Amino acid sequence: MSAGATTANADLRARAEALGQALPPLLAEAEMLAATVMLGEHGRRRAGLGDEFWQYRPAHQGDSARMIDWRRSARSDAHFVREREWQAAQSVTLWVDPSKSMSFTGDKGRAAKGDQAKLLALALAVLLLRGGERVGLAGMAAPRAGRSQMLRLAARLSGAEDGEDFGAPETEGMVSHGRAVFLSDFLGDLAAVEAGLARAADRGVKGVLMQILDPAEEEFPFAGRTIFESMGGTVRFETQQAGDLRARYLARLAERKDRLAMLARAVGWHFTTHHTGQPAQSALLWAYGALQGGR
Amino acid sequence: MFMIGPVGFAVPWLLAGLIALPILWLLLRAVPPAPIRRRFPGVALLLGLKDDENEADKTPWWLLLLRMLAVAAAIVGFAGPVLNPDVRVAAGGPLLVLVDGSWADARDWPRRMDRAAALVDEAGREGRTVAVVRLSDAPTEVEFQTADVWAGRVAGLQPQPWAPAGLAEWAGNLPQGGFESVWLSDGLAHDGREGLLAELSARGPVRVIESPRPVLALHPATFEDGAVAVAVSRLPAADAVSVDVVARGPDPAGIERELARAVLPFGAGEARAEATLNLPPELRNRITRFEIEGVRSAGAVSLTDDSLKRRKVAIIGAGPDQEALQLLSPTHYLRQALEPVAELVDGSLTDVLLANPDVVILADVARLTQAETDATLDWLEKGGLLLRFAGPRLAASDVSRMTEDPLMPVRLREGGRTVGGAMSWGEPKALAPFVEGSPFFGLPTPSDVTVKAQVLAQPDPELSQRTIAALEDGTPLVTRKVVGDGQVVLVHVTANAEWSTLPLSGLFVSMLERLAVSTRPATPEAADLAGQVWVPEVVLDAYGQLSDAGEVAGVEGADLAAAIASGPAAAFPPGLYAGPDRRVALNVIGAETELRAAEWPAGTVIEGLEGQTAQSLKAGFLSGALGLLLLDILAALWVAGRLSGLGRRAAVLAVAVMVGSLAPQARAQEAGPDDDFALRATTEVVLAHVLTGNAEVDGLAEAGLRGLGDRLWERTTIEPALPVGVDLERDELAFFPFLYWPVVAGQAAPSAAAYDKLNDYLRTGGMILFDTRDADVAGFGGTTPEGQALQTIAAGLDIPPLEQIPGDHVLTRTFYLLQEFPGRHAQGSLWVEAAPAAAEEAADGMPFRNLNDGVTPVVIGGNDWAAAWATDDMGAPLLPVGRGFAGERQREMSYRFGINLIMHVLTGNYKSDQVHVPALLERLGQ
Repeated sequence: MSAGATTANADLRARAEALGQALPPLLAEAEMLAATVMLGEHGRRRAGLGDEFWQYRPAHQGDSARMIDWRRSARSDAHFVREREWQAAQSVTLWVDPSKSMSFTGDKGRAAKGDQAKLLALALAVLLLRGGERVGLAGMAAPRAGRSQMLRLAARLSGAEDGEDFGAPETEGMVSHGRAVFLSDFLGDLAAVEAGLARAADRGVKGVLMQILDPAEEEFPFAGRTIFESMGGTVRFETQQAGDLRARYLARLAERKDRLAMLARAVGWHFTTHHTGQPAQSALLWAYGALQGGR
Repeated sequence: MFMIGPVGFAVPWLLAGLIALPILWLLLRAVPPAPIRRRFPGVALLLGLKDDENEADKTPWWLLLLRMLAVAAAIVGFAGPVLNPDVRVAAGGPLLVLVDGSWADARDWPRRMDRAAALVDEAGREGRTVAVVRLSDAPTEVEFQTADVWAGRVAGLQPQPWAPAGLAEWAGNLPQGGFESVWLSDGLAHDGREGLLAELSARGPVRVIESPRPVLALHPATFEDGAVAVAVSRLPAADAVSVDVVARGPDPAGIERELARAVLPFGAGEARAEATLNLPPELRNRITRFEIEGVRSAGAVSLTDDSLKRRKVAIIGAGPDQEALQLLSPTHYLRQALEPVAELVDGSLTDVLLANPDVVILADVARLTQAETDATLDWLEKGGLLLRFAGPRLAASDVSRMTEDPLMPVRLREGGRTVGGAMSWGEPKALAPFVEGSPFFGLPTPSDVTVKAQVLAQPDPELSQRTIAALEDGTPLVTRKVVGDGQVVLVHVTANAEWSTLPLSGLFVSMLERLAVSTRPATPEAADLAGQVWVPEVVLDAYGQLSDAGEVAGVEGADLAAAIASGPAAAFPPGLYAGPDRRVALNVIGAETELRAAEWPAGTVIEGLEGQTAQSLKAGFLSGALGLLLLDILAALWVAGRLSGLGRRAAVLAVAVMVGSLAPQARAQEAGPDDDFALRATTEVVLAHVLTGNAEVDGLAEAGLRGLGDRLWERTTIEPALPVGVDLERDELAFFPFLYWPVVAGQAAPSAAAYDKLNDYLRTGGMILFDTRDADVAGFGGTTPEGQALQTIAAGLDIPPLEQIPGDHVLTRTFYLLQEFPGRHAQGSLWVEAAPAAAEEAADGMPFRNLNDGVTPVVIGGNDWAAAWATDDMGAPLLPVGRGFAGERQREMSYRFGINLIMHVLTGNYKSDQVHVPALLERLGQ
């Protein structure tokens, strides 16, 4: 065995251990958050494929003899067919913006935007998996059901970092007519978001756009001569009086939110803005409700 | 030195740096503040935005101004600014500072010394040698020394209560060589001033410094037409003002206080003001000094000797039935001599003795009744002076023939003698000079005083001792005998001119004075004082303060008379001089003293005292610059937006602290800790304990009083607040009705001031419980260390006689009925103020004596009561007492003692009044 292979092995193990250390807290936190949401009935309230009994109906022409419920039919003269409730599982694809801009926090006491997004995504996944849905990560993990998928998602999310300054929605691996959740600050190029949404809409995917912002980004509490840089340092802007820019910055931010909401409405998606300063629970509830359909 | 207004600069060329300020302005303005780098994802939204104004990238003008000010202050500071610099050209060479140092200097002596010290300091800075001369000292050699040698001595210089005398000798003592002189003059002309000034001018430049404040001088009070006249002179005679002259002396209780006051109005331009005081003799005789109110100078104080005192003299003649010519009346010359200077009392001997006269004169009165004799003897014993004159009746009577009459100094021969008459041989006899030891010693004997007839004394062993004046041939003329505190004097001739010419001479008056019959004239003549030794009793300092003269050798009367005429000097400090039978005041200002202003030749530089001292402003400017730079740091941070949240608060705080430290400390002290202490101690009843310095004992005392206070609160209407520890040296004691004083071995005695407070406290109704905490183990005769400490402490206290507490003491029944007073120990005895010796015994059937009045100021014992009383915060006892139930009983009894004690303190002897209950019931008819 060569020395290089040994090093690589050791490196891998160290990384795996670090990952393992990071995993349980994120998962535990997400599960704790998910536990606050009560799961309701999950059936589709119509006959279909499923395990649960739905109703008996008289047998029609064309029903195969194998489908007749003989026990029920024996109690009367007619033949009955036992129908089951349709319990088709949804495929939900999550996309959490892995870009550097998500690592921003305006205050040391607040979690970074990315952490909040991952937490929300994982909690949502926990909820959905418990409901029997299949959950996947766009471009990283195909939608599957089950507890093992939960661990897989947690591992993928923890490692998800990207060198880009601003992220673009990933639509790869999205199941047609499934659901999708995009978690990002959407401060980057809006055309990329538009394109991503269009691709998703083409496949008949419905879903949720959740914009996650830091309160500092909402308030712009800066003054004086300042050079603003993006998190990766690729974009740079210098001003002499940062305080004077506040109003115009806020106007631009509002405009962007409007645009996002309009885009979402156009493709039948839901859009909301969540601030890292607020509790994650309300955002989770909203996202879960929005995924259920309805609203 | 380069001057701008009152400010001079040590390094003026540095000020050129100020020219660079505009350049600095431009430079600073061109460089904007450094930007902050921020990571911010929202930067994408900012792209393309433009700044509103381009000006904002420049430093704001006020920040620039701040920086310019800081730099300017630094430049000015380093240029060495000096406020009111001394711009005189330094004369170089030694500096001689002359100070008059007389009584007239005392009015503003500290300012004079400040000025002198400033001159010495200045000379020290310039490296010149200095000499400081107090001209009222005896002339010595003048030596120049370095300034730091003199700096300390100048502070210790004090004025003298006399005028500088030996100015001419000082002029002779001046060192050779040139020097500069500064003369701090008192503004009065002194002899020899011109000579000294000329000498000084010959050596170098002379500056004169004079105070513009007026000099006030109080002349001795005189007695004119039954009133006391006081006069004040002033210099310069300026505007119309009035001064108050106060007469002081002991009141009947012996306490010095103001007896009378006169307002003396000075008209504009008048140099002298006078006023008279009409005082009853009793008041007048008590005056010891006059002073001008509000002037601290020996010249404003005038001591009175006996000259204001008027003696009460009773003259008893031979009887009213005498029909004779006035000039032949035996009392005519006496009245003439005494009327102006004494209060004459008329009446019969028994009547006048009731008025307690100082002197009774019997002129040719031979026989006195037994009652008169007894009364007169009584009066003599108490210090009266009985002056008898001979005459035909006395010669004819058989008074004091065979045995010496108690009211006669000698036995008399029958008949007397006549010399130089028509029927006798010989010449009329003249007086022999007075011998030493006689009260008349020193008086001249005029040759024209002759004696033609006299009564003769029987030769007795004591005769020569009793003779105080004799004739040429040795015959006694005046004899004297001491009776008790008083004396009997017999003049062997008549009081009229019948037997001798003595009453016609001035000697007669002088003799009466010497016998303290009459009062002296205001200014004693040299002859009056000559031949006697006068010892100073009290002396005046230059500020007019009296002090005891201590043991000082006496001075010759003649010299003293000369000093009275010319004013006091170093050998004759002003004050009261006591002679054999009278006291003479030597005052700074005599009756004739005239204040003359010092006149300086034209061209002399005369300055006031208010010299402006040079004050370096360098430190102020530099610290100002530093402060501005600190402000600039904060302001720059603020402008750059780097101050946020906590930082901003800290900055505001820093600025506030800086402003606070730069601002003058002019906060008025409001309600101080003393007021808090007083309020705390007086709003409720507060038990107090004396802080001994031993933390354990003090803590226990406090716990004990707290426990006792709890019991009082539970059981009685006394609801004390928390106890207080009292520092005897610092705290006011009057607030506390009761002090618990645990005595610690080796405890130091309080200071004198604390003793004063304690004694006041004890006299005005406070009570101290001394607790030696040693259970009195030493018993009789021996002492414990605590007992010794108590003895040390109590030595300075005004403690009445003590006795062991009697069974019927009111302390046994103020609240509980008690017979013993245990604390943590049970055996020790208790000592309280002794009952008056005259206290009557208890009446039959009465449980206690009829003792009223008085709360014992001290209670002394050793039972360690505080330890038995002490409880912790929860009310549980701190220390065990005794064993088991008996111990708890003992603790209970100790609480009862404490309650009784506090009751006794607060209600006094109220419970003693029970003795009156039977009487009250009886009066009510039951």
